[in-house]
Amino acid sequence: MKYATTMIVGAGIALLAAGLFMPGWLTFLLTLAFAKGLVVMGLLLLMRAGLVSFGQGLYYCLGAYCVGIAGDYFETQNALLLLLLAIVVCVALAAVIGLLLCRYRDIFFAMFSMAFSMILYGVLVKSSAFGSSDGFNVKPPLLFGWTPTGESGPFLAYGLAVVALVGVGIFVWRYLRSPMGYAGEAVRENEIRVEYLGASVRRIIYTKYLLAAAMAGLGGGITALAAGHIDPEMAYWTTSGEFVFIALMGGVGHAAGPVIGAVLFELLRTYAFQISPYTWQMILGIALLVIILYLPKGVWSLVERVTKGKPL
Amino acid sequence: MKLVIAMLMDGVIYASWLFVIAAGLTLIYGVMRILNMAHGSFYAIGAYGGASLVGFYLAGGYPPWGAYFMLLGAALIGGTVVGLLIERGLLRMMYGRDEVVMILVTYAILLILEDVIKLIWGVDAYFAYQPYTLLGRTKLAGLSFANYDILLIFVSALICFVLWWGLNRTRKGKLLQAVIHDRDTAAFLGINVTRMFTVTFVIGAVLGALAGALTAPGISVMPGIGVEVIILAFAVVVIGGLGSVGGALLGALIVGLARSAAVHLYPDAELFVIYGVMGLVLAFRPQGLFAIATARKI
Amino acid sequence: MFIPFAKKSALVGLLVASAVAQPVLAADEYKLGLVTFLSGGAAGPFGVPAQNAANLLLETLNEGALPAPYNAKGINGRTIKPIYVDEAGGATKQSSEYRNLVERQGVDAVVGYISSGDCLAVPAVAEELKTLTVLFDCGTPRVFEDNSFKYVFRTGPTTTMDSVAASYYIKDIFPNLNAVSGINQNYSFGHESWADFYGSLKGLQADIDVPTKQFPKIYAGQYGAEISALMVNSADVIHSSFWGGDMEAFLLQGAARGLFEDQTALLTTGESAMYRLSDQIPEGTILGGRGPFGIYAPDNALNRWFRDAYSKRFGTQPTYPAYKMVQGILGLKLATEQAAAKVSGQPTTEDVVSAFEYLEYEGPGGKVSMNMGKGHQASMEMVYGRYALKDGKPAVTDVRRYAAECVNPSDDMPANEWIEKGMPGAKCN
Repeated sequence: MKYATTMIVGAGIALLAAGLFMPGWLTFLLTLAFAKGLVVMGLLLLMRAGLVSFGQGLYYCLGAYCVGIAGDYFETQNALLLLLLAIVVCVALAAVIGLLLCRYRDIFFAMFSMAFSMILYGVLVKSSAFGSSDGFNVKPPLLFGWTPTGESGPFLAYGLAVVALVGVGIFVWRYLRSPMGYAGEAVRENEIRVEYLGASVRRIIYTKYLLAAAMAGLGGGITALAAGHIDPEMAYWTTSGEFVFIALMGGVGHAAGPVIGAVLFELLRTYAFQISPYTWQMILGIALLVIILYLPKGVWSLVERVTKGKPL
Repeated sequence: MKLVIAMLMDGVIYASWLFVIAAGLTLIYGVMRILNMAHGSFYAIGAYGGASLVGFYLAGGYPPWGAYFMLLGAALIGGTVVGLLIERGLLRMMYGRDEVVMILVTYAILLILEDVIKLIWGVDAYFAYQPYTLLGRTKLAGLSFANYDILLIFVSALICFVLWWGLNRTRKGKLLQAVIHDRDTAAFLGINVTRMFTVTFVIGAVLGALAGALTAPGISVMPGIGVEVIILAFAVVVIGGLGSVGGALLGALIVGLARSAAVHLYPDAELFVIYGVMGLVLAFRPQGLFAIATARKI
Repeated sequence: MFIPFAKKSALVGLLVASAVAQPVLAADEYKLGLVTFLSGGAAGPFGVPAQNAANLLLETLNEGALPAPYNAKGINGRTIKPIYVDEAGGATKQSSEYRNLVERQGVDAVVGYISSGDCLAVPAVAEELKTLTVLFDCGTPRVFEDNSFKYVFRTGPTTTMDSVAASYYIKDIFPNLNAVSGINQNYSFGHESWADFYGSLKGLQADIDVPTKQFPKIYAGQYGAEISALMVNSADVIHSSFWGGDMEAFLLQGAARGLFEDQTALLTTGESAMYRLSDQIPEGTILGGRGPFGIYAPDNALNRWFRDAYSKRFGTQPTYPAYKMVQGILGLKLATEQAAAKVSGQPTTEDVVSAFEYLEYEGPGGKVSMNMGKGHQASMEMVYGRYALKDGKPAVTDVRRYAAECVNPSDDMPANEWIEKGMPGAKCN
């Protein structure tokens, strides 16, 4: 366990060091990818319990707006404070919505969670104070008095994303090996038996929902700080759909799946944009089909096949 | 009085439009357990096909009433070709996968078809308004309604009746119902489930294309129209209970009437209505209004 | 646990290495990033006409075949090489793509952006990367009101003048105006258009009545209920900033039900539909073109060349997005060449910036003055007219032109504040 933790931290430090040598566009792309990876890690917890949320955009967007609004309103640009606020607000909302949602399964869970994110979308589009559908700009972040300027601006957000990823990654990796983590798969397989064993299915799902909301809020907050601009599109169903897309692409068998999925997705999309500006959607669609057909457990299963000596 | 009639008429017209879109979606889900996002593409293909066929036809100087048959023909051809290609060429390799995976598969198909449509028809808008304006209009309580829209109500009712008849009063329909209730037992009893799947998917695709073809005369047919209707159709189907044709009808009526009430009485709420209705229905009936009973896993 | 992570790092490393490798630049090429919608509902009416116009213009520029003063080859003698990017995907995606254009593809400048959300997000990145960026079409006045930018210019006028001029126009045309209704899309552009229009009209006539205002979802396509609501709550004029397919669907559905028989529609972007739906637009409909573009463009050598070449190549008359694209690229060309005249060799970005500030030039739509937003925002005159068929061909009558100083706020005041205060300092004739 400790060994793994050290390794995750090591990988984080390597990523940070690599960030110093990367071209700016890649730093930015990876920041966004890591932020999405955080959201998808939360989604992974739910998906392992058999619940697919088509509404994680709700917390992704809410987290981003918390950072943006609080930054303006409290006139603080302290990144850590803002991100903490984003998480707290998201968890608070999830604590209410979760009570209702954890009664639902399958497609109804998916659609109901989507309905909530679409309602947030509608509210934001209606609020001209926050720039309606155009959104508004977020001030650049600070960290304990360090005001990054020019070139180092994107690096701060990148650093935050890597640190968050390492922290959440360690947590998720451990969580998946804890009784609570395994309970997710038990719920997916057979809820009634889980209840017979004395565990509360509702509580298991509720906890996972809160965790997923916290991670999505964190991801959204980091996106806001990195991109410097937020808009209601973050709560639109296509954004939530993208998270599910990434989860299936990376695979939900391991905490690293979402991260790899997110990086791959972003790279694939940006190169599809470049190579074929007129038909990039087709490239994405074909890539997704190929992965589903040949790598049903996501891209991560490739890594597992190699490390566990299974034939390719 | 004028307001009430306007609200009712608008609601029913909108509902009949929603129902045609949702019918194919719910049928495919009921039989195959696939929530088909590519349904939006079928809709778009129907609309593009209908618009260009009507354009060709009228450019040839034939009698204008034939344009309606062009719309139907476009839906039939487009839906059958695309439905068969997708089901036989792709989906059959994926049967047995998770429902979520199937949603993503159909999402991938949607992405691909979206660009295929663009490659075939380009991004410029297509119009086929002649069938829409040809029928004239009717005055009701001082308000004019397009006769085409009123006709749509009857077409929609006819589709509903045909689906009900086909499912409940024909041998094939009863076999299909057996598949809906229990796929494995049905196969075990000798029903050719694979064939059933193909036929259902093609019928669903034709219905989706028909919805597009019937809508085409009143709109500007352009890229992205398919994506716009998917979520609407999903909401209708979820409200009604997935897989139930009657449910789709009721869902469409509820959404249609609620939306028209909002537009007339409180326009600010228009965007929320559909999700509000969905939330409300799901809060009290977690499986939608007409849920298909499923066995519990013990 | 170690091995998977080693693999992961190796994977990331590989991706990094492959991505960093950049193409070699040819010295005499001017790489121009062009960002417009190539997919979705904004591609047909805006993105692709703008792209077509850019293609046509760049080819002609590279041959040096444009009327003076644009007859120098390329941009300052350098052959222009366009790099197209789809504007789809939202503001964050576009910030990311902007970085890719500059840092991966090494463009010299970027011309683009139709969506106002993108125009709010991209400038901050442009400043960070110190890259000259010309916003050509998006309309929100907020871009230069909330911030001031050094490297960002907008050669297209803001939407404020569409709404303000619209209110002047209907006051001119309808002396006994009582009521206006509105139907606008439920998003920023729709909200802003209605708020500005209503605000300035209220300033002109305090007792104006609004029977109903509708905000259907963008790309909704079905407007039956909204049309009924507009019929039940009848007004003299129906204001709509619908564009593209939504506007066309609204026109078709409204015309089929006789909505426009006793109410006049005011379509702020209607010009772009007048050729496509020439036999469906009711005569007398008020059409705007977001500036002196399309049918409202003045008769000058550049415009004659543009209309002629565009309709020959693409089989249709150019609409306002095409005009605005040409205007954007020409502004960039002119500023670069004026800067080059003052230095030896190629001018630096800073040189071009100072030449671009407060630049005045003639585009195919007439005079463009970069006199707002501290010299970064263009203002132009605004024109409205009423649709009419002349000898069976689409045309406009009752054309009225409103000077730029009449329909745009003076530099230091945000548009909504200006309208609220009753448009002080407006110089109308």
